[in-house]
Amino acid sequence: MLAKRIIPCLDIKDGRTVKGVNFVDLRDAGDPVELAEIYSREGADELVFLDISATEQKRKTLADLVYRVAEKVNIPFTVGGGISSVADVDVLLQNGADKVSINSSAVKNPQLINDLSAKFGSQCIVVAIDAKQIGGKWLVHLVGGKIPTKLDLFEWAKEVEERGAGEILFTSMDNDGTKDGFANKALARLSTELNIPIIASGGAGNMQHFADTFIDGKSDAALAASVFHFKEIKINDLKESLQENGIPVRL
Amino acid sequence: MKIVIINYGAGNIQSIKFAIKRLGYDAILSNDAEEIKEADKVIFPGVGEASSAMYKLKASGLDKIIPKLKQPVLGICLGMQLMCNSSEEGTTKGLGIFDVDVVKFSNQVKVPQIGWNQISNLKSTLFHHVKEKEHIYLVHSYYAPLCSETIAISDYELNYSAALKKDNFYGTQFHPEKSSVVGEQILKNFLTCE
Repeated sequence: MLAKRIIPCLDIKDGRTVKGVNFVDLRDAGDPVELAEIYSREGADELVFLDISATEQKRKTLADLVYRVAEKVNIPFTVGGGISSVADVDVLLQNGADKVSINSSAVKNPQLINDLSAKFGSQCIVVAIDAKQIGGKWLVHLVGGKIPTKLDLFEWAKEVEERGAGEILFTSMDNDGTKDGFANKALARLSTELNIPIIASGGAGNMQHFADTFIDGKSDAALAASVFHFKEIKINDLKESLQENGIPVRL
Repeated sequence: MKIVIINYGAGNIQSIKFAIKRLGYDAILSNDAEEIKEADKVIFPGVGEASSAMYKLKASGLDKIIPKLKQPVLGICLGMQLMCNSSEEGTTKGLGIFDVDVVKFSNQVKVPQIGWNQISNLKSTLFHHVKEKEHIYLVHSYYAPLCSETIAISDYELNYSAALKKDNFYGTQFHPEKSSVVGEQILKNFLTCE
């Protein structure tokens, strides 16, 4: 049976992890490679690296990081953040990334999704969508959720699938940072209306939230950052608890 | 031991090279027929769309070389699918090593299948020290149905071939290089097989 996936997300700036990470056994808390190895050993099913740096060196630094991660880590990983062209993706995949995630660049230029999936295959193209509810409608937001658009979440998600995305990473900005659970209603609707895997993001606070998003939210995978970084939830404990709830996981 | 990863421009070969290195071996990337023929072990990767990958393979002339190899050959993911008779994807004629036709999952399930699924009915030394129902990592929309060459079964919509074997040819639908310690064991078994 296909297992539900648990995905820690690491924010990267200039090749280093950003968010305070509470790992006493780390020699270097800012080293994404070492953190990735630890998560992999603890049972993470995948990793996401989100690059938030804005320097001119950005592309090269990120490609170097991808190379170093691929060298050490034996589970799949996705890289996102500022990727806007076929050439960008080519470099990251050549260096060993399994998937790339695009967000604002896909909204600005939807054809990019078609181009990427035609050249590299749908399986490595994740489209990330940030949205929040305004006046009862889920509206897509850009640039890390700062700029609202008129795009409806569900219509955009459908278009993204038709253009060839292999997966959707949906972050509810209403839930992100609340530690109050994932946006399961919207997630369940996405999962029902679309026929590609949906990764839930935003709102993880406790283990029950993960069980809820897999059952009520019909999510295929769940992504979180701080609950893992601050050791509020250990991945192997989480997976054992999910299994007790009858949810298929890799243990 | 000389390990060659066939480099024909289709796929994430860096990950396979690194996985082999973690096991303490070195692999060469090559599309040179002589170098491939001389290797002790050959890995035939592949990611992407079947017909365009087959086109690249033909352009390099390797479609004639691979079926004649005598040493152990491991096809991974699309590599395995191209070793079959045909693929529904782009109505592609395959290398005809495995006597099975690759078809697409229906829309009863999410396509592609992405993630960790289990393997069972393990029937080859490729799975030495691998337990039944271990999880392996897969990303695919097309699959090889069960056949006499099936050496591992996985279940998504229906039971299908997670791995195939015929004579010196092995194929895995899953990615051993991305399947954590289980995948490393399988890769090691391949690299140390006779």
